[in-house]
Amino acid sequence: MLHTLSMLVDNKFGVLTRITGLVARRGFNIESLAVGVTEDPTLSRVTIVVDADEAAYEQVIKQMNKLINVHKVYDFDKEACVDRELVLFKVSATGETRHEIIELVNVFRAKIVDVGKTTLTIEATGTADKLDAMESMFRTYGIKEIARTGKIALSRGARD
Amino acid sequence: MKESDELKNSSTPRKEASEKITGAQAIIASLEAEGVKLVFGYPGGQALEIYDAILDSKKIEHILVRHEQAAVHAADGYARATGDVGVVLVTSGPGATNTITGITNAFLDSIPLVVIAGQVPTSAIGTDAFQEADFAGITLPITKHGYLVTKASDLPKAFREAFHIARTGRPGPVVICVPSDVACEKLSFEYPKRANIASYKPTYKGNSRQVKQAAALIACASKPVIIAGGGVVSSGACEELKNLAEILQIPVACTLMARGAFPARHHLHLGQLGMHGMPWANMAVMESDLIIAVGTRFSDRITGDIERFAPGAKVIHIDIDPAEIGKNIPVDIPIVGDAGNVLGAIFHELQKSEPEPLTMGWLECIDEWKSTLEIEEPLKDNLIIHSKDIFDAINELTAEKDTIIVTEVGQHQMWAARFLEERGPRTFVTSGGLGAMGFGFPAAMGIALAKPESTVICIAGDGSIQMNIQEMATIAQYGLPVKVVVVDNGSLGMVKQMQELFYMGRYSAVDLPRIPDFKLLAQAYGWYGDEVSDPEKLKEALALLLECPGPGILDVRMSTLELALPMVAPDSPLNKMIGVEKAGRTSRKGRR
Repeated sequence: MLHTLSMLVDNKFGVLTRITGLVARRGFNIESLAVGVTEDPTLSRVTIVVDADEAAYEQVIKQMNKLINVHKVYDFDKEACVDRELVLFKVSATGETRHEIIELVNVFRAKIVDVGKTTLTIEATGTADKLDAMESMFRTYGIKEIARTGKIALSRGARD
Repeated sequence: MKESDELKNSSTPRKEASEKITGAQAIIASLEAEGVKLVFGYPGGQALEIYDAILDSKKIEHILVRHEQAAVHAADGYARATGDVGVVLVTSGPGATNTITGITNAFLDSIPLVVIAGQVPTSAIGTDAFQEADFAGITLPITKHGYLVTKASDLPKAFREAFHIARTGRPGPVVICVPSDVACEKLSFEYPKRANIASYKPTYKGNSRQVKQAAALIACASKPVIIAGGGVVSSGACEELKNLAEILQIPVACTLMARGAFPARHHLHLGQLGMHGMPWANMAVMESDLIIAVGTRFSDRITGDIERFAPGAKVIHIDIDPAEIGKNIPVDIPIVGDAGNVLGAIFHELQKSEPEPLTMGWLECIDEWKSTLEIEEPLKDNLIIHSKDIFDAINELTAEKDTIIVTEVGQHQMWAARFLEERGPRTFVTSGGLGAMGFGFPAAMGIALAKPESTVICIAGDGSIQMNIQEMATIAQYGLPVKVVVVDNGSLGMVKQMQELFYMGRYSAVDLPRIPDFKLLAQAYGWYGDEVSDPEKLKEALALLLECPGPGILDVRMSTLELALPMVAPDSPLNKMIGVEKAGRTSRKGRR
C-alpha cells in the first residue's frame, strides 16, 4: 500500500542519505521523493511516497522521528493534505494530431511549454490520478519522454 | 539515561576571547569539559594534530591499544561498568573502518560512546585520497548520530551535542569526523554549557493516563511477570524494579542485558529468559496473563517464535525509545519514558490503592516448575572438567571479592550466565545484541582501567579470545590485572552445538586444535599463564590465577562435547526447550 509522509529536516549535507538509508534498511522502495527548502532556510521539506504494509510504515515513521536531523514528521495517511506532482510530457505531434493535443491540454488545464517540428512538450501539475489520466490520453499520440517530480504535500488548514 | 545533562563544572579552560587555539586543542578542551579521563585510541596520519594536543592534557590519559576495534570495545566496557560515556580516538581510513564492529556492538546494546576519527583534509574529501574512507557515511546505520565537522568553530558545539546525544535518552554511539585541516585551524574556544537540539527531546516521564491504566491492569493480574531488560540497568532503575515486583509479588525474569538487575536470592527472581533461559522463566512468560516489559526490545533471543509467544498475555511495554514499542509484539499499554521514572510512577499509583497481591497461586505454580523442570547435566566423571566445575570454583573463590565478570560470546557466555553468582547491575558485561566474538577481552581491559579496585575476570572461549588477543600487549604495557579464564573445548563450541542439534552432527569448520599454547603465549607477553585439565587441580589453578599480581591467563581444557543447555531452537516457541526434563523420569539420559 502506498503511503505519503512529509518531514521537516535540517537543510544540511548528509541528511537526505540518513532518510533514504533508513527506508532502504527496512527493505522497501521509495516510490517518489521530493526535497526543497522551506520558508525557514535552515529547514528542508522532504516528501516521500513509500510502498509498505501498515506495521512497517508505522516503524518507518517512528524511526524517522528518532533521527536527530528530523524536526517533524507528517503522516498524510492520518491527516488531510493538499498534494501535487509536476510532469513534463514530450508528445509526438503531426500536422493532423497537433490540434487535438492542444484541445486536450486545455481540457486538463495544462500548458504547452515547447513546440518542436514533430513534438509538443506539455507541462502539467495535479494529483497523481489526474497526471496518470493525462498520460494515458497522450499515449494514443505517442509519448517520447516523460519527466515527473515526486509528490509534494502540505497539511490543510491553518496549522503549521 | 540522564535527564539533566548540564555540565556542572564550568572549569572549561578560560581562554581570552582574543586567544585562539587550534581545532585539536579545542577537541581536547571539549573532552576535558565533558569530564573525560580516559581515551582509547590508535594514532595515524590524519590524527597527528589531535595526538599532539592530547600530550598537553593533564586530565586525560590516552590508552594505546593494538587494534582500533579493541579501542571501541574497551571504551564500551568502560561505559558499561561506569555508566559514563566511553571515548575513542582513531585516524582516518583503516583506523576508522576498524572501529565498525565495536560501534555496531555498542549501538545494539545502547551503550554511550563518542568515537572521534581523523579524516583527510576538507580539500581532499571525495578524491579517494590516501587513507580516505567515508566514515560518516559508513556509520550512518550503526550510530545514534554523527558529525563531519568542516570548520573548527563548529567543534565545541559538535562535541557538546555528541556527548549529550550519546548519554541521554536511549544511549548510543555517536561519531565525529575531524578533517586534519580542521584540527589545525584556529578558533576562539567557548564550550556550550548545554546542548540545545530542537529536534531531540527524549521523553523521560511516562504519560500519567497510561501509568494509571498500567497500574490498574497490574493490580488485577493473577499471573503477571516482569521482563526486565538492559534499559533497567542504564536507567539505574533496579530499586524501582524491586519495589514494583514486591508490592504485588510479581516474579521477575531478566534478559541477558539485565543480568544482575534484580537480587539473585530473591524469591521473585526467575533468572534469565529466552533462548538459553531458565525453564521456569520461559514457562512463566509463556503462561502469564500480563507481561510488564521494561527497557527490553523483545528481541528474537527473548521471544522465540514470535507468533506463539505468550498467547494469553496482555502487554505493558515501557521503553524510552518509542520505536521499540510495538515493533516486535503488539502492545496493550505503551508507555514511553525512562524505566526508573515510569516504574516509580506505577509503584506510586499502586501504593495509593493498596491492592492485595493476587499471585499466591501463580508463585506456587512457578515453584512447582522450579522443582520439577530439570536441566540435563553431563554425566559426572572425575577425569574431565565440565562447565559447572569452572564456574562453581570461580563463585567460591570470588565470594568475598568485588568482582566484575566480562564474557566473550559463545557457549562459555551462556554457561557463565547460568552458573555464575549474580552480583548486581554492571557486574556482568557481555555482548548481547551483536553477539560479537572479540568483545569481552578488550572490554575487560577497559573495565580494569575504570574499576581498579575490582577483580576483573574475562571468561573467554578458545575461539573468541583469539579475535583480539593482540591486546595482551596493551594490558601488559599498562599493567592491568585482567584475569582471563579460557573455557577451552578445542572448538567453536556454540556453532558445533548447533551443528550437532540441527545438522545431525555434521561438524563443519569448528575444530580449533588447541593452538596456541596459551601458557607460552603468556610468557611472550610477560603475563602469568597456566593450563589445567584435571578436575582435581582446577580450583587451585583458578586460585593461583586470581592471586597473581598482574595480568594472567588460565587455559582450562574442558570437555569438547558439552552443550550449553537449556536451549530453544531458533523459531521454536519459548517453552519448547532442548535439554529440559520433568523430574522423576527414569529414562534421563546424561550427556557427555
